[in-house]
Amino acid sequence: MSILVYIENVEGALKKSTFESLSYAKAVADLTGETATALSIGRVSQDELNKVGQYGIEKVIEVDNNDLEKFVNQAYASVIADVAKSMGATTVILSNSFSGKGLAPRVAAKLGAALADGAIALPTISGVTWQIQKTVFSNKAIATEELHEQKKVIALTPNSFEAKEAAVAVTIEKYEPQLAPNDLSTVIKEIVRATDKVSLPEASIVVSAGRGLKGPENWAMIEELADVLGAATACSKPVSDAGWRPHAEHVGQTGLAVSPNLYIAIGISGAIQHLAGVSASKTIVVINKDPEAPFFKVADYGIVGDAFEIVPQLIEAFKAYKNN
Amino acid sequence: MKILVCLSNVPDTTSKITFTDNNTAFNSNGIQYIINPYDEIALAKAVELAEGGKGTVTVIHVGEAAAEPTIRKALAVGADDAVRVNAVARDAWFVANQIAHYAKEQQFDLILTGRESIDYNGAQVQGFLGELLSIPSISIAKKLTINETEATVEREIEGGKEVLTVSLPIVVGTAEGVAEPKIPNMRGIMTARTKPLQVAEPVDVPLLSKIAHYETPPARGQVKLIDKAEIAQLVNLLHSEAKVI
Repeated sequence: MSILVYIENVEGALKKSTFESLSYAKAVADLTGETATALSIGRVSQDELNKVGQYGIEKVIEVDNNDLEKFVNQAYASVIADVAKSMGATTVILSNSFSGKGLAPRVAAKLGAALADGAIALPTISGVTWQIQKTVFSNKAIATEELHEQKKVIALTPNSFEAKEAAVAVTIEKYEPQLAPNDLSTVIKEIVRATDKVSLPEASIVVSAGRGLKGPENWAMIEELADVLGAATACSKPVSDAGWRPHAEHVGQTGLAVSPNLYIAIGISGAIQHLAGVSASKTIVVINKDPEAPFFKVADYGIVGDAFEIVPQLIEAFKAYKNN
Repeated sequence: MKILVCLSNVPDTTSKITFTDNNTAFNSNGIQYIINPYDEIALAKAVELAEGGKGTVTVIHVGEAAAEPTIRKALAVGADDAVRVNAVARDAWFVANQIAHYAKEQQFDLILTGRESIDYNGAQVQGFLGELLSIPSISIAKKLTINETEATVEREIEGGKEVLTVSLPIVVGTAEGVAEPKIPNMRGIMTARTKPLQVAEPVDVPLLSKIAHYETPPARGQVKLIDKAEIAQLVNLLHSEAKVI
């Protein structure tokens, strides 16, 4: 019995959420007395794979096959399940990222495993039964899910478990997968990535703006503030509905749920649907000219004032802080 | 083209979420239920693809009779017929098995789900369905076009997008951008009453997991208001008190 943790990369670089998954897998292994092994699929350099050792994982299984250079849901799920079976892993851990959401149910179904997706904490273990917390009702509640099967798949919510360094030496072992033609029926034609932007689901700091910004032409100061902080940008639903910003930036109940360390909401009143998607943020700062805006009720810090007056000053204040 | 749309019946987005039975069950008292917003997108896309006699749209829901108004709304929007699997939707694995059981017999070209449900926030059904039916499943689709037997899907990835092609049959989890949700018109509402709504009995599915209990997130403290003339104070607090910068 052992634990397999799938480590995601983006164009060969391991993701921030991967380090969180590795630390989580190490912590679960410490709880169960098992060994955790990492699985990498795709073209990742040995230097990059060696980083796995920084988080206490001693072995990486490397699958580097021409057919698997780009992420194909079905094929990756087959490889993860095959490796899990071949090494007798009873627990598979992966990130509840955009690709992880596609993978987790397929891997669980292949293994006949119980699936806990969106996990936000370590399991409480009582023999075969594990209890794992996850957010439900778009962050309005936390559920404790009980997994009864011996085989388990856990998809960890990004930003919910801190990556902890615990350096060990790493061995890398190659694995040649057996793929069925059916696994490779999806053809990736094009990948467009905004390389200069911080990924919203993984961001530690998110700067978000709403209708108070009055129009898309006023977003330059939001981007500048995000740039100073190394943050991702986001927006409220009315803003993406109006086409001021892309849908991918919409956070809230029917958009992306985020849980950064710091969420700065500018010119967003705080409708219940928006709050649902962001209330898991560790610290919330609200800037709004309406002192009665509902967002102030859930904020840690607030400034009552006009965004066009406050944000430029805030940019200067953060710049001064960075320079000191 | 035969299209199946999977519908989830969820609490309205403004609902206050509470629990009963010692926090072991969701309190549905006074809750207004709606079609899961992402499923509305799936339904709108299906109706659009089938327009002009190019296909048929069946909606399926796993749940009790109380969900029938939601199913009728989907018929009013333009689905041709509906199936309700008469069971409490225990979890995504149970739901996916019921849908897969029905879909196996019917041979659909395209199965659409929402990217996730807004109640349990699982994005599991589409992946489970893909695996149970041995067909590709694509999560978080932002655009979907069908050209005879091939689909082109634009999928959201972290920090960007990906365009892929895949032969039908497939399962796609739809998100904003795929289609604009449709509002039923009076004619649609009238015709929905006469459209077939079949009730099927569930198949047995082993219980792999269950929710043991719920809690509401801890309340946040009082907001600390900072005078707009003292913006540097906010930066100091974020550094020294909140420790987030």
